[in-house]
Amino acid sequence: METIVRFFSLQDPNVRYVVLGMLLLSVSTAVIGTFSLLRKKALAGDAVSHAVLPGVCLSFLISGQKEIWSLMAGAFVSGLLSLWCVQYISKHSKLKEDASIGIVLSVFFGLGVVLLTFIQHQGNASQSGLDAFLFGKAAVLMPSDVWVMSIVAVVMLFMVYAFYKEFTLFSFDPGFAQSIGLPVQRLEYILTALMVMSIVMGIQTVGVVLMSAMLITPAAIARFWTNQLFRMLILSVVFSMIASVAGAYISFLAPNMPTGPWIVVVLSGMALLSFLVAPQRGIVWKWWQARILKRKTAEENVLKAMYQLGEKENSFQETYTLEDIFSRRAYATVYTSRILQRLHHQGYVIWEQGEAQLTAEGIRKGSLITRRHRLWETYLTQVVNIAPDHVHDDAESMEHLITEELEKKLLEQLKDPSLDPHQSEIPPIN
Amino acid sequence: MITHVENPVVEVHDLTVSYHKKPVLWGVDFTLPQGALVGILGPNGAGKSTLIKTIMGLIPHSSGFSKLFGKELSEVRNRVSYVPQRESVDWDFPASAYDVVLMGRYGKLGLFNRPRKADKEMAMNCLEKVGMADFAHRQIAQLSGGQQQRVFLARALAQDADLYFMDEPFAGVDASTEAILMDILKSMVTRGKTVAVVHHDLQSVKEYFSWVLLLNMRLVASGKTEEVFQEELLQRTFGGKLTLLSKMSELVHKNEFPVRES
Ligand SMILES: Nc1ncnc2c1ncn2[C@@H]1O[C@H](COP(=O)(O)OP(=O)(O)OP(=O)(O)O)[C@@H](O)[C@H]1O
Ligand SMILES: [Mg+2]
Repeated sequence: METIVRFFSLQDPNVRYVVLGMLLLSVSTAVIGTFSLLRKKALAGDAVSHAVLPGVCLSFLISGQKEIWSLMAGAFVSGLLSLWCVQYISKHSKLKEDASIGIVLSVFFGLGVVLLTFIQHQGNASQSGLDAFLFGKAAVLMPSDVWVMSIVAVVMLFMVYAFYKEFTLFSFDPGFAQSIGLPVQRLEYILTALMVMSIVMGIQTVGVVLMSAMLITPAAIARFWTNQLFRMLILSVVFSMIASVAGAYISFLAPNMPTGPWIVVVLSGMALLSFLVAPQRGIVWKWWQARILKRKTAEENVLKAMYQLGEKENSFQETYTLEDIFSRRAYATVYTSRILQRLHHQGYVIWEQGEAQLTAEGIRKGSLITRRHRLWETYLTQVVNIAPDHVHDDAESMEHLITEELEKKLLEQLKDPSLDPHQSEIPPIN
Repeated sequence: MITHVENPVVEVHDLTVSYHKKPVLWGVDFTLPQGALVGILGPNGAGKSTLIKTIMGLIPHSSGFSKLFGKELSEVRNRVSYVPQRESVDWDFPASAYDVVLMGRYGKLGLFNRPRKADKEMAMNCLEKVGMADFAHRQIAQLSGGQQQRVFLARALAQDADLYFMDEPFAGVDASTEAILMDILKSMVTRGKTVAVVHHDLQSVKEYFSWVLLLNMRLVASGKTEEVFQEELLQRTFGGKLTLLSKMSELVHKNEFPVRES
């Protein structure tokens, strides 16, 4: 509890730097990550994040100290170099891009690990903490780092603001973008440079191994929740912020915990959750929609049964027992009485002491469903030419889906029919 | 059989295009008159898409040149519109039909500028013209193939160009949609625009096009439909593979032999 307060009240200046740094990093990576995902550059991002390690180590070996600017510069150069290698290999050999990414990634990363081991065995006092570059350590953030991060974040936001429509068009349809004269080559360079820059920013706190997850996952999660690019950008920034601050907090609680893996764990949790519940795409959402439709269907079927009983007796004021209703359809008792209870609450039925009676509203609704059912049967037989004894089951499900607008069109096309194919009267609209 | 015209809208001269040094179009030479509705015909792999992309500057060519309205492409970009093959983009992109059509206005906007009210109205208008107004705000992945094709056409209309290159706009489109799209194209040419369409259905050529290009790695014919669309030329375009030409092409590829001295 105490640590929560200490962390989230931001009193401790160290904590403040860490949180601020992580937030800035989230902005940069999530924004550029969204475009990387849409341009199908997720793998390339992974290659770059692994490939910056040798650059970091080399620049440490040369300068002999852990100074942010030179380490970043080393990382940036080796990140770009790796992408160039990928391009070169896939252009001048039979290997496809994914294969060349695999090769470049492992070669660069292997080299990086060798250099890192070499440095650690050198016994240079200032090397301590260099191994944090593997899995990241948010606690290492210094004020100078935060400065660098804020510059990068500002550059990133400015670029995306300025070139929003160009980036969007280029990501969606590069051929068309080029045909209207956009400088696609330059856009490609800019987007690549921004991606490498944001990866380089993150390697201290998230680590090279998992940095690409931080780049791509928030965008992938955001895609679950929206079909609109701008919202996707905002959401991926938000998700990224939550995950990175959570990761920083956990490694603050347990100082031996690396930050990167925890960020990824949180992100994965959010991804799983989105997979389950996101609107339209999530499976829970789909299940819930199906349940709502099922309920509605069951309720409407009971109303229809009562209405048709009334039709037979030429009076809609009668009361019916469950048995009466069963005579028209086969349901389990508990369900039907539960449905009647719901209909009672909705004001369609008066359901008291085992007897149900339609209200005026209920009669209206019952006739509406019956009408739609019979209209659909008529449509299927007359227009689609399906035999009259084949149309009932289809109409059973369609009657619940037909909207008012569709109903109007049906009435128009069928010229207000009065009888359905089974010679039952089609109730008029009242 | 190649008919040349005075004051052509499109002039292609001795155009040769290669992928990785392997030539796929050899010495193509033709001119197109203004107001023509042009069918570009040829078997799969004939280089139809390649020809359009080269004219639009998306692929570099090894030799020759193409001029539009007698000028370089870069000078007249705003008057030319390109409709890519539908499969060339990922339709799962987070955008609505309206968003995509609005992209047709980007060429006229220039850097930094956002679409203005007039642009937005234009986009809506174009969606209406292709009968997609009801689907304006639907995510593009949730459109059928034919509807996606209409969105692409609407985007091209939004460009308000004078010359259109369309790569298989009728692919995967049902007969009634094809008729709607065709009406739009016809009304465009009556307003003096020039439209060149890659097309696969030979049945409808006579009815649709006033001008025909027959292509199979090299240009077989270019001219008025009634003059060019005939048995013998079609036979030369579609019948039998051009074994010798493909073989040469392979040879050039293997030996990295330059197609032209330059
Ligand atoms: N990116 C590429 N790299 C290498 N070769 C290519 C590339 N694109 C096309 N080709 C080759 O160029 C030739 C012409 O291709 P193109 O796509 O222009 O044909 P097309 O006439 O449009 O065919 P289709 O009717 O199938 O669309 C083909 O032999 C094809 O294999
Ligand atoms: Mg093609």
